[in-house]
Amino acid sequence: MLGRNYIKVLYIDLTTRKIKIERREDLMEYIGGSGVAMKLFSELVKIDQDPLDPDQPIIFAIGPMNTIFPVVTKTAAVFRSPLTGNLGESHAGGRLAMAMRFSGYDAVVITGRASSPVYIAITEGSVDIKEAGFIWGERVERTGKVLRDRETHIGSGKRSIIRIGKAGEKMIRFAGVNVDTYRHFGRLGLGAVFGSKRLKAIVIGGNRSYPILKPKEYNKVYNKIHKIATESGAMKKYHEIGTPINVVPLNEAGGLPTKNLTQTKFELANEIDGVSFAEDLLLRKLSCSGCPTGCIHIGLLRIEYGPGYKTKFTGVGYDYELIFALGSMIGVGDKKGVLRLIDAVEEYGLDAMSTGVILAWITEMFKKGLLTEDQLGLKVDFGDTEAYLEIIANIVKRPNTFYRDVGMGLAKLAEKYGGKDFAMVLGKHEMTGYHTGYGAMIGQSVGARHSHLDNAGYALDQTMDKLDKREMVRKLIEEEIDRCMLTSLHICLFARKIYGDKELVCEALDSIGIKATPKSLTDMGEKVWRLKNEMKKKMGFDFRELRFPKRFFETKSLNGILDTDTAKEIVDIYVKEGGL
Amino acid sequence: MPKVLRAVKMDQCIACMGCMLTCARVRYQSFSVERSAIRVRTAGGFQSQMIADICMGCDPPPCAEVCMSGALTPRAGGGVKFNRDACFACEKCVAACPVGVITMDNELHIPIICVECGSCARHCPYECLEMVEVETKDYVKEEERMARDVEEEKNAG
Repeated sequence: MLGRNYIKVLYIDLTTRKIKIERREDLMEYIGGSGVAMKLFSELVKIDQDPLDPDQPIIFAIGPMNTIFPVVTKTAAVFRSPLTGNLGESHAGGRLAMAMRFSGYDAVVITGRASSPVYIAITEGSVDIKEAGFIWGERVERTGKVLRDRETHIGSGKRSIIRIGKAGEKMIRFAGVNVDTYRHFGRLGLGAVFGSKRLKAIVIGGNRSYPILKPKEYNKVYNKIHKIATESGAMKKYHEIGTPINVVPLNEAGGLPTKNLTQTKFELANEIDGVSFAEDLLLRKLSCSGCPTGCIHIGLLRIEYGPGYKTKFTGVGYDYELIFALGSMIGVGDKKGVLRLIDAVEEYGLDAMSTGVILAWITEMFKKGLLTEDQLGLKVDFGDTEAYLEIIANIVKRPNTFYRDVGMGLAKLAEKYGGKDFAMVLGKHEMTGYHTGYGAMIGQSVGARHSHLDNAGYALDQTMDKLDKREMVRKLIEEEIDRCMLTSLHICLFARKIYGDKELVCEALDSIGIKATPKSLTDMGEKVWRLKNEMKKKMGFDFRELRFPKRFFETKSLNGILDTDTAKEIVDIYVKEGGL
Repeated sequence: MPKVLRAVKMDQCIACMGCMLTCARVRYQSFSVERSAIRVRTAGGFQSQMIADICMGCDPPPCAEVCMSGALTPRAGGGVKFNRDACFACEKCVAACPVGVITMDNELHIPIICVECGSCARHCPYECLEMVEVETKDYVKEEERMARDVEEEKNAG
């Protein structure tokens, strides 16, 4: 795609252990990232088969601007979600996009199931499927260490190592894939799909170089963007305190989901706020390759593991969503507790958000007497970090039927055990950290991935003066289309203030030989959005079947108490306005 | 006195790789992390600290000493100047580099070698890299200078 008029796709079949390389000119209209991955998914998905069937594809794709423009750092992963049974799409930063860029592949497709555990090593001249029995069962971090020592030919600093932990191996439906230690394809269960293919890890990288065809134009626009990224304050929020800067303001406004959303204000919010983390525990910041921001905040977790001050330490990445899920949502109001829980989730390779929301439901079920101590193996109450650590270990160990069922995700779990009214899922996906109003609730329900990042409804709740249903729907659709465009170029959504300027995006694309207009970019975004919705329908999604747990209407949101009829009405308008 | 590159505060590095991408972009009009005279890497994953492999700006430079074609010549302040047209890709400089940071580019048929231009330092968002003046490492010159100092002191005394 860089300096050439096709998308280079690498297909790997783990069953036959054969590969195929295609140069696809027809994919250029989808530009890259989400768009290209979605198109390939539409060609390859098996509608009638289970998401964990060996024939289902995993698709990774980057866009034309990745790595060579500041803050264009993400890779899209598209798959069929074993958690929702529907569209699975997740985005990750780290080094992966850079590693793919210099390996020469714009997209990588993996199908099949290996006869025994394997990892894949990809570089510009080779694709090797190697035995991974010796690391099957290993923790995420240790797996990275072992592979770093084995796969030295690409060179340190230029490889990306993505891998699953035990959660993925056991096909827990909300297992993620860890990317280069601190980033993740977290949501919707890509880890379980890896597990179903007996794929432990992918090591990718390369030393390809590409000539800059128009150095004068390119350097001009590069420097312009670099200046905005480093000097304008556009990235300040993410760089300084980071996303956890939201904890206190959201709490004060009454939108922070707390104790399974029985509250939207948490009495200990100040303790787990971004400022508090930064002042007490911030160890360092890191960035994804090709981004000058440094938004990855690493906190110091110091553990006294024995008498006589036997002490060890580790660095744990934290962000707003993790502090919500493994903090306020389960009533844990101390930073160390939050970091210990994040660390546990990292070790097994679980999605932090889904795990936290499930823990919250378990706690309430137990308190109401709907789950027994026998089933859980312990007693639990909100704020009990020790109990939560044990439950997380059990989710992966699966000692009994209950814990095996937990592995299916909260929607299925509540169907079997009850408590649906307070099982906080939207579109079968565990909720995100905002009870701000209709924007957040409906946004996640109607968004193609059922992610708060599809259309940022939570932001609408905080900026719209008063509820105008039609206006809200219009803005949700507009934002999602815009984001489909951004994630096809695979610009990090944190940089949407910079690249929200479509003229600038066109200038950047022009400097690397790609012609686009603001209109053509929006059209492309819409096309991708429509394709996603079309695929969802084929896989059985129906807007009319959307249900909202009662709890959403019982607990006051940032915009007051919500009501079911209004929610249903907004969904109806959405379907009509979107022509879906 | 001309300055040379020093990786002075790598403990502030966020691993953005901006320096490597800049070297490739500015010096070689390329998108690349391979075509870069500076190499940033971890010492064992992101849980460890970052390391930069850079030209030491030697004075006198061993790479220039072994260069037969005159492509590499000593640069005032340390390090080398590189004349691309004179280079015939003999690779002697690669072997001569005491810290092993010179690599051959098999496509361009030239060594990827630092010329102390400072572009990487200018694009480092966290001031990990800096262009600094260094005292000469040439012990002959240094001894001459010390001798001069002693002489001057004597005269002054």
